[in-house]
Amino acid sequence: MAVTLQLPNVLSRLAGGARTLSSEGGTLAEVVGEVSRRFPELGPRLRDERGEPYPFVTIYLNDEDIRFLGGFAAPVKPGDVVTVVPAVAGG
Amino acid sequence: MAPPTLAPPRPAAAPTERPAARFIPHRLVCRECGADFPAAPSAVCEACLGPLEPRYDPDRRLPTREEIAARAPSLWRYREWLPFTGEPRLSLDTGFTPLFEAPALAERLGVARAWIKNDAVSHPTLSFKDRVVAVAINAAAAFGCETIACASTGNLANAVAAHAARAGLEAWIFVPEDLEPAKISASVVYGARVVRVRGTYDDVNRLCSQVADRFGWGVVNVNLRSYYGEGSKTVAFEIAEQLGWRLPTAVVAPMAGGSLVTKLAKGFKEVIAAGLVSGPVPRLFGAQAEGCAPIVRALRPGEEIVIRPEVPKTIARSLAIGNPADGLSAARAIRESGGAGIAVSDEAIRDGIAGLAQTAGVFTETAGGVTVAGAIFLGFAGELTPDDEVVLCITGNGLKTPDAVPARLLETPVIAPRLAEVVALAGRDAEFNSRI
Repeated sequence: MAVTLQLPNVLSRLAGGARTLSSEGGTLAEVVGEVSRRFPELGPRLRDERGEPYPFVTIYLNDEDIRFLGGFAAPVKPGDVVTVVPAVAGG
Repeated sequence: MAPPTLAPPRPAAAPTERPAARFIPHRLVCRECGADFPAAPSAVCEACLGPLEPRYDPDRRLPTREEIAARAPSLWRYREWLPFTGEPRLSLDTGFTPLFEAPALAERLGVARAWIKNDAVSHPTLSFKDRVVAVAINAAAAFGCETIACASTGNLANAVAAHAARAGLEAWIFVPEDLEPAKISASVVYGARVVRVRGTYDDVNRLCSQVADRFGWGVVNVNLRSYYGEGSKTVAFEIAEQLGWRLPTAVVAPMAGGSLVTKLAKGFKEVIAAGLVSGPVPRLFGAQAEGCAPIVRALRPGEEIVIRPEVPKTIARSLAIGNPADGLSAARAIRESGGAGIAVSDEAIRDGIAGLAQTAGVFTETAGGVTVAGAIFLGFAGELTPDDEVVLCITGNGLKTPDAVPARLLETPVIAPRLAEVVALAGRDAEFNSRI
């Protein structure tokens, strides 16, 4: 079973219109890297030049903000759901 | 003679028959990268995912002080700085809340003068959130949304529910499961669909981002956030006008998502740029609870501003946002103004609530307790000085969080209906007062 990556509308157009992608990898960094190779326009929206998440993008591994899990170094396993949401919401 | 009768009420137009507000021509511009986009129910830059906000024609005609003074006492008296043209259509009575001087509080803070900007009596739902919803709901109507929604820590829920009821729109409201009962009651009474979500506010917020994508509703603090935020800046316009078209030297405000402080800076800059007042932007001070202070902790002197999310643990649930959307912008605005952030304990918050009530006669909720306690610490730390003229933004009403009143104040005597018992009580009080 693969890892599922859920994208917001604002990014789905960079993935051929797909809101949900399947990917594989042992860490979040590997999942993001694999997706970025398939969708080169999407990659720079998920990670900056240093390979880190942007301040205006919040990424969750299942229900946990990845900043509580070690960022992109967090391990993933088959069946996990990675959700990307714009941080500019709420308050 | 026939008894006098009241004139029959004028039949109101069905809400859906009211013409929607019309936008003035404007673009949505990214605050981070400057990319611009057509007006739309969208708050996120497609280029960098930064926050969008409306940009208006810089050559539009702006009103004079006299023209503003002749208008109704609401936030719409500053309509040229809001995204609509002509007369507003919905939520006409929001804004222009009292600003009054509080000499006893000034003495407590050690400043020259202090004022309370009292959004605890905002119409119609007794919090600052009426402002942002007044603008967002007109935007929702202009975009043709039939359903509005929000992620809320309580006050926004009340505001969305009430404004939607007036406008004849359906409202869906998502709140953390453990929200204070008074804030649930003050939302469901308007007929809104209130959904309690297991988790923190940040979990609710994530869900609402996905709801906005899926359902196309007008989620006021998600896809209508560009417009929603414009309502916040009217606090700055009102402070300037109510002080006689001049600016204070400092403003203290609570921070949750960071939008209010961010937009206070924007509002003060706009009122200065319009030539309505002169002088620098006041020093901005943002207050949070120690149990949820990601913006304050991002403001460590000499360090780059980085917002690190937190899991909230505080009685100030209306400020319990661990992943603040405008945290970066708020921290930048504070630093640029020469202000600072301050975090206070839950005990200090309770004392702040009592302190405001006993020096200024205003019963505020926990967010107001944070503001007052923060201001007291800022005075103690020398961040507020004896020359300062400071405005405290009180954003919510204490009747919504009565459990936050310090327990010691609830120890009230019970007596028989006999004068002798009152005489005895008064004697004990006099003895007690003579000893302190």
